[in-house]
Amino acid sequence: MLDLLQNLGRRGLGVFERLGRASLLLVQILSGLHTLLPRPRLVIQQVFSVGVLSLVIIVVSGTFVGMVLGLQGYNTLVDFGAEESLGVVVALSLVRELGPVVTALLFAGRAGSALTAEIGLMKATEQLSALEMMAVDPVRRVLAPRFIAGFISMPLLAAIFSAVGVLGGYFVGVGLLGVDEGAYWSQMQDKVDLYDDVYNGVIKSLAFGWVATWIAVFEGHDAVPTSEGVSRATTRTVVYTSLAVLGLDFVLTALMFGD
Amino acid sequence: MMSTRTTEIWVGVFVAAGLAALFMLAMKVSNLSALNEEDGFTIEARFEDASGLKVRSPVTMAGVRIGRVVAIEFDKQSLQAVVRMRIDRRYDTLPADSSASIYTAGLLGEKYVGLEPGAGADECEEAALEAELEGRAPEPCEGGTRVLRDGSRIKITQGSLVLEKLIARFVSQFLEGGGKKEAAQ
Repeated sequence: MLDLLQNLGRRGLGVFERLGRASLLLVQILSGLHTLLPRPRLVIQQVFSVGVLSLVIIVVSGTFVGMVLGLQGYNTLVDFGAEESLGVVVALSLVRELGPVVTALLFAGRAGSALTAEIGLMKATEQLSALEMMAVDPVRRVLAPRFIAGFISMPLLAAIFSAVGVLGGYFVGVGLLGVDEGAYWSQMQDKVDLYDDVYNGVIKSLAFGWVATWIAVFEGHDAVPTSEGVSRATTRTVVYTSLAVLGLDFVLTALMFGD
Repeated sequence: MMSTRTTEIWVGVFVAAGLAALFMLAMKVSNLSALNEEDGFTIEARFEDASGLKVRSPVTMAGVRIGRVVAIEFDKQSLQAVVRMRIDRRYDTLPADSSASIYTAGLLGEKYVGLEPGAGADECEEAALEAELEGRAPEPCEGGTRVLRDGSRIKITQGSLVLEKLIARFVSQFLEGGGKKEAAQ
């Protein structure tokens, strides 16, 4: 019984300890950002590995998600004779929800796990310590560029996802199922609002980019420097990022569209 | 590892593609390219019943959207709904005696405000007409037809038709009619 309580207490303390360390790391990263200004190449390199390399999976998933939305939306709407509204259904679900959320989930699997594994392995092979030995701050040199690259890449990836998805829905709805082309676009433009929908979607993806890279970078930096520790940290990155993104999505949706 | 130059080109392509996608979402998907409501004038109409009308509902004339509803308030003095509409600046020649009605688009569609043009008559023309009928020479009068301007109020209005009210009226008329027939027999 006492063991159980002890265990529970240790677990609880551990959660707060990790949260505190993660917050401190975030502060360290943010305060080190200004040192990146004279060296944009570090960030560009990371945008390449985080953003450009995720492009294929984002474009392909976006197309298929848009096509499925077109197909499912059509089947539901045609019962009410409202298949003209297909464009609205596809665009609103993509821009408001699916674009930011699915992009963040794919990002966690494609880029977040890679970030954690890379940093964790750097730690395990003592490259981070070596940097410190040379009086180079690893937080500024290694973590900050990766964090800011994820923050930049996520909204761009989400926008590409949504745009490609709208085109996928167009392909299925207009091309295959015979929805009127003019109605598809005009109803969409009529109902989708630039500020309420598109901007809020971008804000969401910025928040997700922040959280996803924060978790990825922290888990890598905090990993137990063994091969098992790195593998565990990578798993935790994907799990925690997915949970955080979905939870945060509910909060943001309630704030933005709740009234 | 790829050369730095290739990496930079790819990142440039990525950022350009992302911005292009955002641009497409703004221009093609959302209503940025449609009417610019900031650039227009506000008119007002009072309705007995504005149920179903929402802020941002379209305002149309002859079936063409010329503006949007920007505010719906309740006036506690007249116990009416005050609907403020912003009309695109291009349409600044609408006759002042136009009438406004709340219609439903389709069977289950959204409500919108339909404006119908008036005759464009004003006091000048009426005075001239009267003078002609009475055989006098028309008095000189300044200004042409009056148009809707910022802050104008539309006087002739027809509120939303609420289905329950219509049915209730129909049923009561039906019952009254039945009663009269019985009385006649």
